[in-house]
Amino acid sequence: MSSRPEFQAPPEIFYNETEARKYTSSSRIVEIQSKLSERALELLDLPNDGVPRLLLDIGCGSGLSGETLSENGQQWIGLDISDSMLDVALEREVEGDLLLSDMGQGLGFRDGVIDGAISISAVQEFDLFSVFDKQWLCNADKSSHVPRLRLKAFFGSLYRCLARGAKAVFQMYPESVAQRELILGYAMRAGFSGGVVVDYPHSTKARKEYLFLTCGPPSMSLALPKAVVEDGESCSEDENGSDGDNQTVNSRSVMLKNISFCLYYRTHQLYQIRCLGQCISYISLWILNKLLVRISDRQRPSKRQKTTKKGKGKGWILKKKEQMRKKGNAVPNDTKYTGRKRKTHF
Amino acid sequence: MRLLTHNMLSSNIKGVTNGFPLGIIIDKSTQIEVEINTDFLKTMFSKIDWKALVDAATLMGYSDLPEEVDESMLESEELLNKFHHALLELHLEEGALICPETGRRFPVSKGIPNMLLHEDEI
Repeated sequence: MSSRPEFQAPPEIFYNETEARKYTSSSRIVEIQSKLSERALELLDLPNDGVPRLLLDIGCGSGLSGETLSENGQQWIGLDISDSMLDVALEREVEGDLLLSDMGQGLGFRDGVIDGAISISAVQEFDLFSVFDKQWLCNADKSSHVPRLRLKAFFGSLYRCLARGAKAVFQMYPESVAQRELILGYAMRAGFSGGVVVDYPHSTKARKEYLFLTCGPPSMSLALPKAVVEDGESCSEDENGSDGDNQTVNSRSVMLKNISFCLYYRTHQLYQIRCLGQCISYISLWILNKLLVRISDRQRPSKRQKTTKKGKGKGWILKKKEQMRKKGNAVPNDTKYTGRKRKTHF
Repeated sequence: MRLLTHNMLSSNIKGVTNGFPLGIIIDKSTQIEVEINTDFLKTMFSKIDWKALVDAATLMGYSDLPEEVDESMLESEELLNKFHHALLELHLEEGALICPETGRRFPVSKGIPNMLLHEDEI
C-alpha cells in the first residue's frame, strides 16, 4: 500500500528532482504512460478531420502524455503541481505550453475555450477523499486541502473552461468503490455526464479505469465508449464481437455492472448493519430485562409473617412441635403450660 | 509560454469576477518558428479574444496585427501568417503575469507561469 506514491508525500514534494528524473527515465513507465494516453485520446473521440484541437493535459508531469498528443497533431496546454517534473518536461522540449498549477485550486481558464481534457493517473493524486485517505486530487496534507472543496473547485472550473459537448477523460486508479463514487459524484454535481469505462475488468494488473465525462446534460444519443477486455476467456456474456484479439464489451453494461455492484455493496452493508443493529438491540434488551428483574427483586417487600394480636395459638405450636419430633429433634414435652400466655405483671 | 495560452488564461483568485486578460511584464521573450496550420487558426479564431491578443502581441514587440478583424478576412494568407506568428511563435520566457483586478503577480520563469495560489486566495 505504501508503494503508491500518493501515500508517501504530496505530489509537489514527492516528485522532487530525482524522482522526476527516475520517473521519466524508466522505459516501462514511459511505455505505460504513452499507452494510457493513446487510449485516453481514443476515448476522447475527437472529430477525425485533421484539425488540431486545443486540449488540456491535467497533471502532465514530464510531458509523456503530451508527447502522445503532439504525435497525434493536437495542441495542448499541460498543468502540473511539481516544478521538478515540469523542468524535465522543458528539457525534453515538449511542444505544448506548461503551467505550474494545482488542479485542486481550480483551473484558471476562460469559459468554453478548451476542446477536451485528458489526465493520466493524476485524479487520484487529487486526493479529495478524506483527511485520512490520501490520494492526490484528494490530497489532504495542508489545512486548505479539504478534499471535497478541492474536487468541487476542480470539476467546477473544468466544466466552465470546456466547450459545450467537449469531453474529458481521466485515467485513474481509485482506491475504493467509495472514492470512485465520490469523484464521480462531484463530476456529476459540476454538470458533467458520463461514467466509468473499465478496460480489462477481469485482470487485476491490466485493469484500467477511465472516468469519461461529457460537458453538458446527458442525452440518450450519447454512447459511452467501449471498454477493452482481455482476449479469450472470462469476458462472459457481455461479448459483442468475438473477432480478432481485442474483444470489446459494451461499457454501458460494464457501467451497469458497476452500479449494480455498488448497489449490492450498499444494500449488503445496510443489511449487515441492520442485522448487527437488531442483535445489539436484542442483547441490550435482554441485559436490561435482567437488570430490571434483579432491581425489582431487590425492591420487592419481603414476605411479612401473618401476625394477629392473639398470636399463633396453641394449635399451631402443637403442630410445629409434632413436626420437629418427626424430624428427630429434641422437643420438650407437651404440658398444660404449652402455648399458654404469661400472666401480665403489675 | 505562447500567446495562445495567455489568451486562454484568466486569474483564478477567489472573489475576482473578471480575471481576463492578464497583464504581461516581459523580462525576456523569444520566437520559435513552427509550421503553420491554417485549419487550426480558423477554428481557434472564434475562441480567441482578438483585442487581448493584439495588446499582448504589441507588448511583445509585434504590432503588425490589425485592430479589427472579422471572419471574412481570414481568407487572406497575409493575415493568417501574422495571426500564426503572434499566436504560436511568440514566447514569453521570463517575466510575470498580472491579475487585472487585484494586481497579483504570477511569476513566469523558463516559460512556465506559476499559477499556484496562496491559501488565502482560494
